[in-house]
Amino acid sequence: MMKTDEKLIVKGKRIDGRKPDEIREVEMKVGVIPNANGSAQVRLGNTIALAAVYGPRPLYPKFLQKYDTGILKCRYNMAPFSVDERINPGPSRREIEISKVTRLALEPALFLEEYPETVVDIFIEIIQADGSTRVTGINAASLALADAGVPMKDLVVALSGGKVDDTVIIDLCGKEDNFSDADIPFAFMPRKKNITLLQMDGRLNPEEVKTIVKNILKAGEKLYEKQKNALRKKYEEIG
Amino acid sequence: MRPEYILKLIENNERIDGRKLDEFRKITVEKGYIKRAEGSARVKMGKTDVIVGIKMETGKPFPDMPDMGILKTGAEFSPIASPDFESGPPGEDATELARIVDRGIRESESIDLGKLCLEEGEKSWEVFVDIHTINHDGNLIDASALTAVAALSITKIPEIEDDKIIRDKLVKKLPLSHQPITVTVGKISDKFIIDPLKEEEEVLNSRLTVAIREDGKICAMQKSGNEGISHEDFEKMLDLAIKKSKELRKLI
Repeated sequence: MMKTDEKLIVKGKRIDGRKPDEIREVEMKVGVIPNANGSAQVRLGNTIALAAVYGPRPLYPKFLQKYDTGILKCRYNMAPFSVDERINPGPSRREIEISKVTRLALEPALFLEEYPETVVDIFIEIIQADGSTRVTGINAASLALADAGVPMKDLVVALSGGKVDDTVIIDLCGKEDNFSDADIPFAFMPRKKNITLLQMDGRLNPEEVKTIVKNILKAGEKLYEKQKNALRKKYEEIG
Repeated sequence: MRPEYILKLIENNERIDGRKLDEFRKITVEKGYIKRAEGSARVKMGKTDVIVGIKMETGKPFPDMPDMGILKTGAEFSPIASPDFESGPPGEDATELARIVDRGIRESESIDLGKLCLEEGEKSWEVFVDIHTINHDGNLIDASALTAVAALSITKIPEIEDDKIIRDKLVKKLPLSHQPITVTVGKISDKFIIDPLKEEEEVLNSRLTVAIREDGKICAMQKSGNEGISHEDFEKMLDLAIKKSKELRKLI
């Protein structure tokens, strides 16, 4: 992990002026990609994710079809221009893993067994990255699924937490992510507080891990409201 | 029929091989198994069999860390290990496994990468951790992580003469500061199990993998499996992983 001499917390404030338990400015919008069955754009500070859902639609080649359930496919991709140093197109090991954990984060919210022989495709594009990209992508995907009218048990809310300068924080920006002592990407279904994504790297005491998880569960409620408002807004605009 | 049987047993706190729910299989750790590698180990966890070889190469350090060595971890699910594994480039599961093992080593600051630079910005040691599955009977993550740590513990750095690596002259030990131990806790209905067999993995609802350092710090976590876990279960699974890591640590 990289080190920096710069203090990441000064007088209780973070480098972008936030309090430790404050999330960045959030913007959520659904129905942003006309061709998709459902879509959304989510912005968390300077991190912007787009998600599109296609399906449920028949799965080809046919031998991949499952007779008793539909399947979910996820692709998390970072645009080459989304970061300082250009990213080569094509899936990296990081992107392969994130695609998998994203799929597992969303799957518990769906009733795929109601759609045998089909696939639900979710494509996530990170068009601008400033930390917490996978959780921003999951929020966008959750909204896109709901926008597509795919029945869901609950929305999936995603948020990161971590520790910098001996302070427990949530919603890490890029710089905090690079220089943090620890980072926990997290997703859950708020109604039953069911955890569907939990990763961690860094160095934390078990008590700190538990505290960060509690803080995320609490702060996630705000994102849950924002997701619901974004969905309502689409129909208000049409209505 | 078989999955229901396994499930029924576990609900009665029993397992198909007679173990307790939180009991590891018999584990053997054989260090230095591959003579051509600069470090290696072979671990058997019951019928699960994993070899890790460490190769030391030199390469250009990353531009943002010009004075550090480089760690690269790869995993190959060789088709010899299971009827479910196919040849070809590493798939999603192998990639995830390699990255979980990598994070355990990297985030625990196990290898002292700061001591592996040969020429700032130009040349550093690269530590290649290659995980090779020989037989897959479940719990590949814990087995691979344990094998990697065992292999690193005996890794030696070769001599360099005229820019060439002299492989038969191993001059010093790979500088290590910490040792991460990785434990996965599986959840089936309302039970938690340790070291699942392959057949048990197929009925698991969810899993939590935790890497723990010798000073008790948590260095990496990964939730996987098709279902979510409750907040309460997460804390129980974390505590169980910490408790069981002490047993594995004794083996290396």
